[in-house]
Amino acid sequence: MLEINDLVAGYGRIRVLGGVSLTVPEGACVGILGHNGMGKSTLLKAILGLLPCEGGQIRFDGKAIERLAPHARVRAGLGYVPQGRMIFPSLSVRENLRFALVAKPGGDPARIETVLADFPELTRLLDRAGGALSGGEQQLLALARALVGAPRLLLLDEPTEGIQPSIVQAMVERIGALRRAHGLSVLLVEQNLDFIRGLADRVALIHRGRILREFPREQLDDPALVEEFIGTTA
Amino acid sequence: MSLALAVGLQALTGVAMLLIISLGLAVIFGMMRVINLAHGEFLMLGGYSAILAVRHGVNIWVAMLVVAPLIVGLLGALVERLVIRRLYGRMVDTMLATWGLSLALIGVVSMIFGNTVGGFSAPLGSVDVGGFYTSAYSLFLVPAASVMVGAVWLVLRRTKFGLLARGTMQNPEMASALGVATERVYAVTFAAGAALSGLAGGLIAPLSGVVPTMGTAYIAKAFITVITGGAAMLAGTLSASVLLGAVGVLATFLTTPVLGEVVLLAVAIILVRLLPHGITGRFFRRAL
Repeated sequence: MLEINDLVAGYGRIRVLGGVSLTVPEGACVGILGHNGMGKSTLLKAILGLLPCEGGQIRFDGKAIERLAPHARVRAGLGYVPQGRMIFPSLSVRENLRFALVAKPGGDPARIETVLADFPELTRLLDRAGGALSGGEQQLLALARALVGAPRLLLLDEPTEGIQPSIVQAMVERIGALRRAHGLSVLLVEQNLDFIRGLADRVALIHRGRILREFPREQLDDPALVEEFIGTTA
Repeated sequence: MSLALAVGLQALTGVAMLLIISLGLAVIFGMMRVINLAHGEFLMLGGYSAILAVRHGVNIWVAMLVVAPLIVGLLGALVERLVIRRLYGRMVDTMLATWGLSLALIGVVSMIFGNTVGGFSAPLGSVDVGGFYTSAYSLFLVPAASVMVGAVWLVLRRTKFGLLARGTMQNPEMASALGVATERVYAVTFAAGAALSGLAGGLIAPLSGVVPTMGTAYIAKAFITVITGGAAMLAGTLSASVLLGAVGVLATFLTTPVLGEVVLLAVAIILVRLLPHGITGRFFRRAL
């Protein structure tokens, strides 16, 4: 579904990704693990086109997308839940959801009801301003908003950031259920090992802008590997 | 009683006038954070567009209400595409560019039309208000301003484009990450603000006359109104127009027109000193 070959990207003269190659097969969830500043969020932004691609290729469903504008990539089937959630603070929850619907031409208005059925907590908050929600509620809204756009590949950037540890497992189950219900492929950037272990089929370790190693999720149970690459025990 | 009514109507007209000349600037500055120093010249071009249209036999209402906003809106779209689009997020550069544009527009229009006052007679004649005769066209500005504000509110609150514009102005990166072609939203918003300025120019042309430098007479008042209003674009401009317009007219009535202007500016300075984030920084915070 998504094939990245030798992707180079960064912020102006600062090169952050120095040749990332990665594949996300249809229906799979790939988790990216790495320390802060290694290029995890930069990778997602470059895939979405929020940062220019300075080299390499990105193919989505076999088509090259690295030269497309972000909105064109989203319309091709990418969805994005950013770090920090980026809810529109003065729009209501209903307007945040509707924004995602009208942002893509041809959106089905019934899609909002379909998504709300997966997020019953949001139905009582529909008229509240996005900026007035708690961190957990904003995370749910960010997820719901991305799903309103009916993406086929969801890019999730640190969804547990700022979320109470007690509800991380609930989020794993929620996103897992959404994957099954919507047939989603997921590329997940996360530092929470339990979260990645609960969701990802495969894990890629990123270090200084390159993918060092890819392995199946089960290897995250190997403390030696975790210690070697992540610097912390599971 | 009839004098109070006449002064009250004059105050309403003053409020409407401030609203009309400020709304285009409020849309461009309030939505896009672009300080458009060519706003006064957009007004001036609206006035000249209406004059030219009337001279070519176009109905006066069509000239003021359709031709003026259309011409200036198209010019706004062109300016956004050629100049402003390259300068988003660079406030000082935008100010310099639009200042240069304002000087260029004054020069070009002076060369074409000369530095003389143009205009056309105000329609509708005059009306008797309790023994005081006043221009019916001046009173027409009150519903005209109300319709302009109502139309902007409706577009922003009730249309798809309004929702996309409000979200895009809050977070353009997230808007594009949800599928919005943000350049198009910016272009349409700037053109709409310019069209409102053109409409204002068309509406005030019969009252003030039109000269190439007329923009300088309006831009300061428009900026003061928008800044005094604060972050909420419509509620701010509306509340500041009501306050400053009414104070200005009343002060003019009690003293002289020059002192009236001084009082208006003094009230604006005091307001900005007391309310650094404008009226809507303290009141009507959640309004549009």
